[in-house]
Amino acid sequence: MKLRDLTELAARNLREAVLRNSLTTLGISVGVASLVAMLSLGVGLQELASTRLSRSGLFDAVFVTTQANMRAFGGPPRAADRAATEPARKLDDEARRQLAGIKNVVEVYPEVRFPTEVQFEGNPYMTTVAGIPASARGDGAFDEMKGSFFSGPEANEAILQIEFARDLSKQTNSLIGKELVLRYAEKEPLPADPSATTAVHAKGKTAPGKSAAKESAADDAPASGGFSLVPREMKLRIIGVVETEPATGFGGFGRGRLLIPLQIAQNLRIAQPTDMREMLRGNSGKPTYESLTVRVSSPKAVQGVEDAIKGMGFGTFSILDATKNLRLFFTVFDLLLGIFGSLALTVASLGIINTLVMAILERRREIGILKALGAADRDVRRLFFAEAGAMGLVGGVLGVAIGWLIGRALTFGTNVYLARQELPPIDLSSIPWWMMVGAIAFSFFVSLAAGMYPASRAARLNPVEALRYE
Amino acid sequence: MAAGARNNSVGNMTGNSNGFAIRTERVSRQYAMGGALVHAVDDVSITVQPGEFVALLGSSGSGKSTLLNLLAGLDRPTSGAIYAHDRNLAEMSSQELAHHRSHTVGMVFQAFNLLPRMTLEENVELPLRLAEVDRAERPARVREAVECVSLVARLTHRPSELSGGEQQRAALARALVNRPTILLADEPTGNLDSVTGDAIMHLLQDINRNLRMTIVMVTHDKVRAARYAHRIITMRDGKLVTAGASDEIA
Repeated sequence: MKLRDLTELAARNLREAVLRNSLTTLGISVGVASLVAMLSLGVGLQELASTRLSRSGLFDAVFVTTQANMRAFGGPPRAADRAATEPARKLDDEARRQLAGIKNVVEVYPEVRFPTEVQFEGNPYMTTVAGIPASARGDGAFDEMKGSFFSGPEANEAILQIEFARDLSKQTNSLIGKELVLRYAEKEPLPADPSATTAVHAKGKTAPGKSAAKESAADDAPASGGFSLVPREMKLRIIGVVETEPATGFGGFGRGRLLIPLQIAQNLRIAQPTDMREMLRGNSGKPTYESLTVRVSSPKAVQGVEDAIKGMGFGTFSILDATKNLRLFFTVFDLLLGIFGSLALTVASLGIINTLVMAILERRREIGILKALGAADRDVRRLFFAEAGAMGLVGGVLGVAIGWLIGRALTFGTNVYLARQELPPIDLSSIPWWMMVGAIAFSFFVSLAAGMYPASRAARLNPVEALRYE
Repeated sequence: MAAGARNNSVGNMTGNSNGFAIRTERVSRQYAMGGALVHAVDDVSITVQPGEFVALLGSSGSGKSTLLNLLAGLDRPTSGAIYAHDRNLAEMSSQELAHHRSHTVGMVFQAFNLLPRMTLEENVELPLRLAEVDRAERPARVREAVECVSLVARLTHRPSELSGGEQQRAALARALVNRPTILLADEPTGNLDSVTGDAIMHLLQDINRNLRMTIVMVTHDKVRAARYAHRIITMRDGKLVTAGASDEIA
């Protein structure tokens, strides 16, 4: 029998016992709905967790350091360690450019964080300043901030951490738009002087700010490796107040109380504790970094980027292993939810078997007639399969719709509760396209499997006995 | 009669090449029933010529319906051979037997066996669906078969809306629609009153004469068998008792 005829006959048979077949189909849809609702909760929670974590700036970041630093962390060098026998590659601007050129790398930046003094409305405050990269704009930490993010990478703007903002004023919101003065010690390279020994000079206080030309000249001048420290000031406009500091690397969290654009922080040429070590090592005066943070386009790309960086001769660290464990947890979680959801579908498949076995009893004579008219065993089997498959398909589509509704209802209920707790709303369930297609296909194949026994029984029916059946 | 009108379009329905339409060679069919072996058909050998109208006569339980089922390919013999034209049904696969039922033979039953949920047209179309006849060809084939039994006006009616005689005529149309060479009828008048029964017998006779179709009819009505069939084969307890021209046996 051709497929179209088979489908028409199956549809006709299903319509004839519409109540029983509808109830069976409803049973399947309830099974699929429970499966979809369970899995959508699992996926929703997983997405919620991974979104929150990835927006923390930790899971899409690779911490890069020189092999020398890694050796220092890792104890005595191993014989097999190539880096142990070769000079460690410097983490300088050239390396930074190369790191930025790796596929899937969004941004490469150093950690700039320093203690300094701030003057606000005539009063001095000691605090810690941290440079924030532009890519941190999407971090979850800024979701609930008061005010706005930096208008540009070199804007003279500041975002205050809430605790520091409270130090400045009890009315933290009123700080937005006001100015404060950042006071800091700038590191200024000394010109090359072959006769001179490495030196550190302290110069007098100069005017606040610094021209680009001067900075450029300082960069271009042959450096001696020595530098002088120059006290400087910079006016910053407060544009926002944030509850927590976003993670910008692995160097430490929650210590920055005054946040400024990273580019500004770098331009300040703040003297860092490592500068003395670099100077004593006789570095040329060109900046080198203790570490760099590489921000990757997505957590999935971290492994590839990490491998590429290791290939360049640097040491790396990421929380990839943690994400692997997280994925493992959610995979097991989804599996368990899927098993519970499948139980309902198993019960539903028993309903299909029951319905089709009943149909064989009812349609015994009809099967005999079909065989007498020329239907092969295969035709009868396919007819019952088609009926089971149609019930599975319709039940699957209906089940996905019901499952989606259950997920929406759970999300709605949860958000009502969260709103009462003054917490932001969340999307508790998620039904990606693969789950929809998978659930419908699963329902279809489970129904076919359930129809296997009745279909084969119908096909094997002796036509003579079937024709005698009243 | 309408059957005569379609003689040319149906063509040669005798269609045999070896001098017989059906031949059985020492066919037996045994059943195990309650620990006992029942010989429903016991060592029966018959030959039916193309275009012949044969009546299988016998009382209930004589084995005539079992023999008809064997000829139809609905059942398999325990031993012996059944040839429909030049092929042995006993050696056919179930798929080949289905093809035999679909293309070589047409069947009518005492209980009509129309599908109650389908209209007359759909019932008649059903064998065409099973035989995978092209959809475009089907309406004409259905009409041809329904015209043959003079039921065109009842095409959209369901079996429950037809009289007994009309239902049997519809069953005949369904049996003819695939243009078989052999028509097997199992007590076709058993559920009908005598007038309607005679009408059906006339129709079978017309089909046999005008379409030159081989007919094997099971009946226990000796008078009708003698009146309409060319030859009567009598069975008792599964065995062949007599075989001869209907006028001789009558």
